[in-house]
Amino acid sequence: MKAVIVLLLASLPVQAGLAEVTAIRGARIHTGLGSEVIENGTVLVRDGVIEAVGVDVPVPAGARLIEAEGKQVTPGLVDGYGRLGVEEVSGESTSVDATHTGLPYSAAFDLAPAVNPHSVRIQVNRSEGITAGVLAPGVRGDGKVMGPVFAGQAALLHLLPGDRAATQPGIGVVFPFGTAGAGLSGGSRAAAILRLREALADARDYRDNRRAFERGERRGYALTRLDLEALLPVLDGRIPLLVEANREADLRTIVEVAQSEGIRVVIVGGAEAWRAADLLARENVPVIVDALANLPENFDALDATLANAARLERAGVKVAFATSDRTNPRNVRQLAGNAVRHGMSHPAAVAAITTVPLAALVGAGTPLGLQPGARADLVIWDGDPLEVTTLPTEVFLSGVPVGTSSRQTLLRDRYRQLGAQPPAYRGR
Amino acid sequence: MPRRPSLLLPFALLLSSGCAVTPPAAEESPASVAEAVPFPSTYRPLPSSPTLIRGARLLIGDGTGLERGDILMREGRIAEVGAGLEAPPGAVIIDAAGRWVTPGIIDAHSHLGVYPNPSVQAHSDGNEATAPNTAEVWAEHSVWPQDPGFAAALAGGVTSMIILPGSANLFGGRSVTLKNVPARTVQAMKFPGAPYGLKMACGENPKRVYGSKNRSPATRMGNVAGYRSAWIEAAKYLADWDQYEQREESGETKGGSAGGQRNDPPKRDLRLETLAGVLKGEIIVHNHCYRADEMAVMIDVAREFGYRIGTFHHAVESYKIADLLAEEGICSAMWADWWGFKLESLDGIRENVAMVDAAGACAIVHSDSEIGIQRLNQETAKAMAAGRRMGLDISPELAVTWITRNAALSAGVLDQVGTLETGKMADVVLWSGDPFSVYALADQVYIDGALVFDRQDPARQPVSDFALGHVSTEVRP
Repeated sequence: MKAVIVLLLASLPVQAGLAEVTAIRGARIHTGLGSEVIENGTVLVRDGVIEAVGVDVPVPAGARLIEAEGKQVTPGLVDGYGRLGVEEVSGESTSVDATHTGLPYSAAFDLAPAVNPHSVRIQVNRSEGITAGVLAPGVRGDGKVMGPVFAGQAALLHLLPGDRAATQPGIGVVFPFGTAGAGLSGGSRAAAILRLREALADARDYRDNRRAFERGERRGYALTRLDLEALLPVLDGRIPLLVEANREADLRTIVEVAQSEGIRVVIVGGAEAWRAADLLARENVPVIVDALANLPENFDALDATLANAARLERAGVKVAFATSDRTNPRNVRQLAGNAVRHGMSHPAAVAAITTVPLAALVGAGTPLGLQPGARADLVIWDGDPLEVTTLPTEVFLSGVPVGTSSRQTLLRDRYRQLGAQPPAYRGR
Repeated sequence: MPRRPSLLLPFALLLSSGCAVTPPAAEESPASVAEAVPFPSTYRPLPSSPTLIRGARLLIGDGTGLERGDILMREGRIAEVGAGLEAPPGAVIIDAAGRWVTPGIIDAHSHLGVYPNPSVQAHSDGNEATAPNTAEVWAEHSVWPQDPGFAAALAGGVTSMIILPGSANLFGGRSVTLKNVPARTVQAMKFPGAPYGLKMACGENPKRVYGSKNRSPATRMGNVAGYRSAWIEAAKYLADWDQYEQREESGETKGGSAGGQRNDPPKRDLRLETLAGVLKGEIIVHNHCYRADEMAVMIDVAREFGYRIGTFHHAVESYKIADLLAEEGICSAMWADWWGFKLESLDGIRENVAMVDAAGACAIVHSDSEIGIQRLNQETAKAMAAGRRMGLDISPELAVTWITRNAALSAGVLDQVGTLETGKMADVVLWSGDPFSVYALADQVYIDGALVFDRQDPARQPVSDFALGHVSTEVRP
């Protein structure tokens, strides 16, 4: 199943941008790779894939030429941890598939089949430069009853318009830790770790004794067979455990668990990650943070600070950003800009909203960012992409321009001139 | 019929000049039906030196600016604004070339103190969600002055804010306007002389909260019936008090029983006192309302009972009725880009603020968030950029009014703050650069001329009791 969807992903660019060549010329180019900007550069796109990036890139005859002097180009922005396509109106439970409650499953829960590619929330965010989103499942719990130890599997969604969502499922298994995890495990984070250890031990036993299990000759497991299956790629390090945690002590705990279990982890939240920056750098643990979280929101985040991202960067930790506002991943640029304001380097901040989340979660198997061979997801901006006054002038997914209009601009245009004629007759 | 007040706040306050060096004492705040004003402000400006900021780009807050100007603060007030100002003897002189100065930022919608951090259950003090009409509660009685969010907001240039009860109820209670100074008591933060507000809420929240308890209101029509019933009661209460006071004044009942009839005062009722305060024009209505059609209904409810709505809060659909809001003189306090988190917010658009302003209505950028309040300048920048994208000509001088003058108008304190005008309280922010750039920081913040925040000087960075010992000294603004 997974192989089929990955193939589908790979084939989409070719179908979408058949024999198309586009050149964006004269722009300031942010590659998203952590390197310095390229001034007055050209990005050449062929068949939905970037062919060349640089200052002396010849534009082939017949190419669609976009003069972009005074403009700036970045890779498409990534919602580093969100719910695009699986949640439409947060407060309306009938429009939310991202969360679950009372399920017998945990790690096996997979969001990919629920994605609605026609979601207006996708459209609005895509029109402002978001081209991919990490979809993270969540558990609706009241903290009083036992919940699942895992929320399920995260997926990666490419936001190319189409009738079928281009989703890569199973890119990580979500483990809510800290206060939230404690709430799902009888009120104590210690119990969450106990259950995590048990689940991993069960999965290992299942993996090594599958035949005996099928014959009914193994001890009982705490998780269902589907959950154990879902944990196998975590056990062998193919995909990471996505650990939602903020407190320094929790981060150190989870790194110890990862070491002793031989698994990979990615931290989500990480409000106090700067306090464990050296450890996270040494253990090569990426962190997905909300760069604006600077208040002692609870007893897990007492040392939250706007300097978090800058301090992590300085220590050599891979940092990605995700907004806490799930309706507005488009504002991830504002997080990056504020991180720069508080000491992060501009190239690292651009990388944190483009290539780093992809590299952390789906690996660097294919080229990312603006470099030859990468999928041509890119955005042309009317200024510094991290400025709050900057807006996109064009957004490309797999080389296909998708425009900057959305339901929101339709509403704007319908109401820009109020008059005798009812707005219902204006705009479609 | 309830009488229609002749002059209504906040506009009444515009008429009085606020040039006194000493802030007006709390006793001057609007009298309620009760004799004495309880919980009076004990705010006193912190010590200050005369301070001259030189050569900054000034955004005055009234729509104008100076490319290169000076501002002199003295005895807590703005003494002079212009070019080439002389420093009085002993004045602190700040060379601000390349930097920008704005009035202190005012957040027209905050829950700091009533929903403080850490946001744990014990701190959930913002919604008295036990009855749809809790006009008797006052937000100030929930405010925890040690909320670390106050200092964080100060680092973002916020000098005053309206602290509102939540929106679970049709009538959520009284709001309070605070100056953002570190203090041991809420009274010491209360903006002297500021009128009270009344929080009202439309739409989904009240009907969800009470409908789920199987009681009214469970629908929007239930909401409106709830408002109207309450106003009928309030009008009666006010009439009873008027009658009592008229009899007292006429002396016909002095001594207790003229003509055999005692003139007993009506029994005080906290809930009705607040509502009657609105009918008398002394308390400003802050009405949480998202949808255009609901705002129009609320305007008619207000008309029916002879009160005015000061500000619609959240108002994500104000752009659909911006003409009506301009005509009615009602402010809209809005987010730059929030939408889609519930159905009534689905039609939120980036251009809302700019379109409301362009229609000639009062536009405000508010936060409703302990995170957002720290960057109201950036939220304003986003709204400005969206307006420009649709072709509106929006200068920084205009945009800053959305978080200064217009917010002060909403709070009823425009005679004291909100613009850099001579005689007003010296609530001033010195920015490292263009405040509408993501890279700008508030370098210094002054409240009543006192330097209450200085990014370069840890001794001028307040730390709440909660943060002390809980939060590392390496965590600073």
